[in-house]
Amino acid sequence: MARELMKGNEAIAAAAIGAGCRYFFGYPITPQNEIPEYMARELPKVGGAYVQAESEVAAINMVYGAAGAGARVLTSSSSPGISLMQEGISYIAGAELPCVVVNVMRAGPGLGGVQPSQADYFQATKGGGHGDYHLIVLAPANLQEAVELTQLAFDLADKYRNPVMVLADGMIGQLMEPVELPPDRPAAELPAKDWATTGTDHSAGRRRIINSLYLYPDQLESHVRAIFRKYAEIERNEVRCELQACDDAEVVIVAYGTTARIARSAIAKCRGLGLRVGLLRPITLYPFPVAAFDPVVRTARAFLVVEMSMGQMVDDVRIAVAGRRPVSFYGRTGGIVPTANEMVKQVQLILEGRGA
Amino acid sequence: MKIVYQKSAGLTDVPLHYCPGCTHGIIHKLVAETLVEAGVLGRTVVVAPVGCAVFAYDYFNCDAQEAAHGRAPAVATGIKRVHPEAIVFTYQGDGDLASIGTAEIVHAAMRGENITVVFVNNAIYGMTGGQMAPTTLVGQSTTTSPQGRLRLGQGAPLHVCELLATIEAAAYIARVSVNTIPRLNGAKRALKRAFQMQIENKGFSLVEVLSTCPTNWGMSPTDALRWVEQTMVPVFPLGVYRDIEGGT
Repeated sequence: MARELMKGNEAIAAAAIGAGCRYFFGYPITPQNEIPEYMARELPKVGGAYVQAESEVAAINMVYGAAGAGARVLTSSSSPGISLMQEGISYIAGAELPCVVVNVMRAGPGLGGVQPSQADYFQATKGGGHGDYHLIVLAPANLQEAVELTQLAFDLADKYRNPVMVLADGMIGQLMEPVELPPDRPAAELPAKDWATTGTDHSAGRRRIINSLYLYPDQLESHVRAIFRKYAEIERNEVRCELQACDDAEVVIVAYGTTARIARSAIAKCRGLGLRVGLLRPITLYPFPVAAFDPVVRTARAFLVVEMSMGQMVDDVRIAVAGRRPVSFYGRTGGIVPTANEMVKQVQLILEGRGA
Repeated sequence: MKIVYQKSAGLTDVPLHYCPGCTHGIIHKLVAETLVEAGVLGRTVVVAPVGCAVFAYDYFNCDAQEAAHGRAPAVATGIKRVHPEAIVFTYQGDGDLASIGTAEIVHAAMRGENITVVFVNNAIYGMTGGQMAPTTLVGQSTTTSPQGRLRLGQGAPLHVCELLATIEAAAYIARVSVNTIPRLNGAKRALKRAFQMQIENKGFSLVEVLSTCPTNWGMSPTDALRWVEQTMVPVFPLGVYRDIEGGT
């Protein structure tokens, strides 16, 4: 298929429809509005439905209903709206329903601003809502990857019956670049949704009930343990990570999403200056690529984590590095995107023994 | 042996957990009978609330989803959009629908969402132990309005039917009660009409049912039934508040 110049938000929306998503429930918020606008325009053409909810709270509960009814369903929002969805996301995880949530992150806290940010990492990867659960979290660094990860997200959601978050940022959402939309992908090898409440007569069999209420602690513990056995499987099978120029690197930059993309320019500049710098780019933020650090720890002198936040993923990097090498952090926040030159400067400070 | 009465096929064999004298059981029965008589039980999905009726998914003999507190109309919206041929109804109490779920119910009605809502109003939070609800009467004593609900500061009861009846896309809005046999028969007629609206794709329908809570009202079951008649009905007048086809 030909490459097409698209805006990130539109590419994500087109990818979702290509993956068989036919239902979208959402509420307007900058900088992700092109996703619901695209869905409102395109879903009716393919027999689907777009509903503009009265709030993000309602939108995520519509997603719950549609997912429980067996549909491929998407919602998207940006940071403050995602905060409002946390209750519903917890219920979706608790009831083991598949759905995809796109967070085009903007700067917080509070109303914050509308410029790009990565300050929802904790919320995305450590729960966000109440109770013991995880989202699978995918972090695209360019539009082509946003398309591919959006489609993968639907398959992973169905495979594991778990909500999947595509964690993008305002830069990914608003950027225009050429993308190639893969051919439509039916979910061929996925398990049948024999649990979905379709409203068909089950008088001969079991009624279908979507629920996350377990009043007896022993039953609830068994339920949560079963979900965590699923997470163990996800951690074994679904870790995705990219290493670039790490073989001889003295300093390895760890970054995801837009920040990783800029880090590539920083690394090229560093290499031009004769500095041996590499990139470790987590693509899945949950499951976090812990094991990918082991070979790099053996060869690198130090790690530099760069985020558009005051430092969130850096905690996971420190757990993965486990004190074997120093881990420095450089972050910009409030909607400011760090430049390649700023990263080069940080690398130089580390090499001079003055890293933060 | 001739069977003169039996439990509706619309209910499972799970024993109801409701308190003695509570009218949830009667309302369950009326809804179940309505689904069976309309011939739609085999294509129905119920959305259960948070509150006393939280286990509705165990009682109604159809597919079910359990919603978060107040969110049942949103969950029902999701189900109905995916399966427009299914009959989707929510079963919600007054805390669930008229307090935490006010936005969801108003906007489901506003969209003309083709679902049916069974709204059980007993003027109090039952499951959590008798706290003040938005439907609590002025002067009514609850655990969180121990001096009696104050008109100013705590407010007078929210009239859900009257509120929703102003919404253009609402097809049928009615308030009934089940405290006497004639009223119970009226409730059944209203439920039939509400579900018929959905079956005919006419849009949003809601039946508010005035219900008892002897436990948290601190009354015997018979006193509670009398209290509905003498104290609740004057505040929450029964009747059809909206019917796009003009019927009553």
